[in-house]
This record gives sequence, structure tokens and C-alpha cells, in this order.
Amino acid sequence: MRKGRLLALPAVVWLAVFFLLPIGFVFVLSFWERGTYGELIKSFTLQNFGRVFDPLYGRVLWETLKIAILTTVLCLIIGYPFAYTVTMVSKRRQSILLLLVTIPFWINFLVRSYAWIVILRSQGVVNTLLQKLGLIHEPLQLLYNTPAVVLGMVYTLLPFMILPVYVSLEQFDKQRLEAAYDLGATPWQAFWSITLPLTMPGVAAGSILVFVSSIGMFVVSDMMGGSKVSLLGNVIQNQFLGARDWPFGAALSFMLVLLSILLIYLYYKVVRRYSAAKGGEEV
Amino acid sequence: MITIEAVEKKFGDTVVIPPLSLRIQEGEFLTILGPSGCGKTTLLRMIAGFEQPTAGSMLLDGENIVDLPPYKRDMNLVFQHYALFPHMTVEQNIRFGLKMKKIPAAEQKKRAGEAMRLTQLTALSNRKPSQLSGGQQQRVAIARAIVNNPKVLLLDEPLGALDFKLRKDLQRELKQLQRNLGITFVYVTHDQEEAMSMSDRIAVMNEGRIEQIGTPQEIYHQPKTLFVAGFIGENNIMEVRSSRIAVRPERMNIRLLDEPTVVEGRICTIEDTEFVGNMEKLYVRDQETSESFIVYCYGSEPFQGQKGGEVRVSWRKEDEVKLQ
Repeated sequence: MRKGRLLALPAVVWLAVFFLLPIGFVFVLSFWERGTYGELIKSFTLQNFGRVFDPLYGRVLWETLKIAILTTVLCLIIGYPFAYTVTMVSKRRQSILLLLVTIPFWINFLVRSYAWIVILRSQGVVNTLLQKLGLIHEPLQLLYNTPAVVLGMVYTLLPFMILPVYVSLEQFDKQRLEAAYDLGATPWQAFWSITLPLTMPGVAAGSILVFVSSIGMFVVSDMMGGSKVSLLGNVIQNQFLGARDWPFGAALSFMLVLLSILLIYLYYKVVRRYSAAKGGEEV
Repeated sequence: MITIEAVEKKFGDTVVIPPLSLRIQEGEFLTILGPSGCGKTTLLRMIAGFEQPTAGSMLLDGENIVDLPPYKRDMNLVFQHYALFPHMTVEQNIRFGLKMKKIPAAEQKKRAGEAMRLTQLTALSNRKPSQLSGGQQQRVAIARAIVNNPKVLLLDEPLGALDFKLRKDLQRELKQLQRNLGITFVYVTHDQEEAMSMSDRIAVMNEGRIEQIGTPQEIYHQPKTLFVAGFIGENNIMEVRSSRIAVRPERMNIRLLDEPTVVEGRICTIEDTEFVGNMEKLYVRDQETSESFIVYCYGSEPFQGQKGGEVRVSWRKEDEVKLQ
């Protein structure tokens, strides 16, 4: 027991210094006030939290949630079948496919985002190709709109969906699927009644990872959404770097953290329900 | 009922089952018995539809089923590790097959109730599989299959994971169930005792081939091949008059040398003795040919022979079984 605690020490210190301390600072900051020139005035006010519920930010929050939900759903629709395919092919192909999923992490995120700009801009690869083929005459507006932001987010966050779903599919006992076929289930019925419910922990983990990351993300909307799309992350970034209203930025951040914690809590509830059902299945 | 004709299975270049034919009769309890890796599970999985034969045909009631997917075959498989659905209750597990076939809920309930009654699961209907013991899980697996009224029930070592006593109880229960339902059972096991006690017929498999098929009595008393003779129970196999024969240890006679009434038989040395409760097992070696034999001694008096002692071993001609 004591040894176990000692082993956890580096992680505990790390979390305390790099997670709890900043979060605590943000929490305290969110009750302070901003001076005329952006300086911080130590006080206790709920004004910052009041502003969070301003309709203006309500719209931003709504837009953020919409994009996050859309991103999560798209990642699930693309990621689940992909992960499923990975578990079906030979071991050698599996490692190749998983390598392909992780390779983008080796390249800097900004570089990859710029690559999308090169592909999608007015004189970009896609537009040039479509024009050469005579399919369009005017370049299409592929960048700086909501679909472009969703595309960028799905592209960035897809691995976070694929990997947990892959893990749960990998652990899923294929004999149960055979049992379902044997009992007269068509492949489609077997998927909906057996495979999907039993891989729900992976789906939940992937969805939470994608959803939480996408509500906090500001780089993608900044680069691919231009000034047209402003998300919660952009507003927070702007409060800290542009408007120099740190207390308000802190209040917004804190709301975001609360939302994330709530979602992670819900995730654990889902997982516990399914793992309770699966507990002791090994005979 | 099921006619398997020249069915062959290869994995890549490896022949797992060379062309094999087998007729399974309606309402019988047929056991496919063989050591692990003999292809018995592969054969069962081909019948169930999970493996595609490389060649040959399979008829169920005259209809070719080779190209039918498992969910269109009118038979059910009880898996070795049960493969229950952990997120469903016992009753939901049992109703699954009926639900997939879109049978009305009222009838589902009635049939599931009947299946649970037959397998003594009624009190457990709302439990999850994880809350059941091994034997109970095994019953769910059987109830889940028989509720569909299949023409044939396939069982892949269904009792393999259970301890000895429970296995004995469930063997009798299964046999009883089969008699009551009149469903054809195709049962795969490597346990010869299990095969003996439950089956109407046994097909002994070795290296993908059926060595012999017959009633437990035929398999035991008239083994046709060396493999069957050696695999089922213990046997004394020897070359006599240039043919290979087998004599069961309980058919061997053993006498002490100084008994004056005995004149014939081979003179052997006792190498080891083993007391097994209802009998004594003697391991002896022929002094002339140095063949070794096993002899079972039943009887109220313990056998007087000591380790290292000399005995006369004999058997009747009619107890010799000629092997191919």
C-alpha cells in the first residue's frame, strides 16, 4: 500500500503542479475584476459569471455545442466502421492501419492545418482540379465557414474516436457474435443488439474525448473558420490575449471545465453500467 | 436427418478434414469423440455454418445447406464457453432467438417460460449471466438454444469448463432433456466416459477421419482400429499369429504360478500394482516377449501377487478383438 502510494507520487506532483494549481488560479481569477487597462483587481464579484449567460455568449456556446456534437457524430460514423474493419483484417494489416491512424500525430498540428488551407483555398488543389475538369467555373468557397471548421475538427479528432472504439472491439468476444447468428440474427440485427451495446464503453470514451476536445478547441476554428466562425475557445483566447479581460476569460474557462467534468462523470456512469453487466463473464 | 457427403476442409494448404461422410439419424444422440485437434470442432462448426467446407455437400432433411449462413439453418449450437450475452438477463438471453425471428411477445414469453422450466432456471430469470454459477450459465446456453425448437442441437464440449461432480449431474440432465424433447443432438467431446454414458452412437475421430461409428457397446467391445482400441478405455494391444489384436484388461486372467490348476498362459513379472478402489490394476511384463499388459483384478479378496512376483496371464480366444 505504502509502496503503491510512493509510486503514484510523481503523477500526483505532476497533476498538482500542472493541473490543480492552474485550475485553482483560474477559479480564483474568475472572481476578480478587470481594471481599465486590463490589470487585475483582487476582489470578489460574480459579475464575470453573470456575463457568461449574456445572450451574445449564449449564441457562441450554442454554436460551439452544435459544432462539437456534429464533430462527435461524424467521428463516430467514420471512426466506428474504420475500427471495425481494423479488427477484421489480419494482424499485419491491423498494425499498418493503426500506424496510419497515429502518423498524423508525428506532424505538427499547425502544419497539418495549413495543409488543409492549401488544399481548400480558392486557388487550392480541390478548386483547381474541379475547374480543370470543367465541373465548376468559379472557385467554391471551401474555407472560412462552418463546414470547413467541422472538417478540420473531424480530421484532427478522429484518432481519439478510432482508438478507444478499436480497443473495445478488440476485447469484444467474437463468439458472442457467432451465438447471435446461430440464434437467427442477421448480421445487421446482431450488430445492433450485441456488438454495439457491448462496445458502448469504447463509443462513450471516444465520444467524450472528441466532444470535450472540440468544445475547447480554438486553433481549427481560428485557421479554417477565419473570422466567420467564433467558438467558445476563440472567445476565451480572445479574452486572455486580445481583450485582456482575464477574469472574464477565467470565468468562461471555468464553465468549460465544469461542462467537461459533467460529461466525464456521465461517461463513468455509462461504463460502470456496462462493466457491471460484463463483470465475471469469464468462466 | 443430416447427411454429410465427402465434406472436406482445408485451411490454406493444410488439410484439416479429408473428405468425410456421415449420416446423422433423426432423434439420435450422436457424439463426435476425439482428441483435441482431431477436427471434431471444425466438423461441428461446418454443420452449424461457421466454417465453409472446401468441398462436399451437407443435407438437412434433404435440403442442401452448404451455402446457407448460420442464421438460416434450422439448428442451434451450444458454445463451449456458452457465449451468453452479458448485457441481457437470463430471460432476455433465452428470448433472443425468438425476438430475432419476430415471434409475437406473448409467445416468446410462453416459450421462454417453458424452456426455463425444463432447465430449472425459472427462479433466475431476471439475473445477469455474471450473477450465475458455471452450471447455471451452461443451462442458460442450453435453454437459449432449445427454445427455438431446432431440428438439431449441436453442442461443442458444453460441459468442459465444469467440475467433475457437476459434469456428471448435467450429463444425466442433458440426456434426459434429449429424450424428452426428441431433438437430434450432435455432441462434441474429448471425454470418452462422457461419450459412453450419454450417446446412442459415437463417431470416433482422429486426424480429421472418422475411425469408427457405432453404439457405445460396439465401440468398446469391437474396436475396429488401433486408434479406437487405444483411445477408448485401456487395452492390451499385441501381435498374435501375425495379426494385431486387443484384449481388454478386465478380460485377462491372472494366476499365481504355484496354483496347480493353471497350466497355460504367459509367464509374466508384476512390475507395478495400483489400487483403484473397486479393483486392482496390475502392470505386468511377459518374460519371453517383454510385452507389457494391464490386468484388472476384481474380487472380494485382494490379489496375492507382489511387485516383482511371477504370475501366469491368459485370456480366452473369443475375447480377442482383431484390429485393422
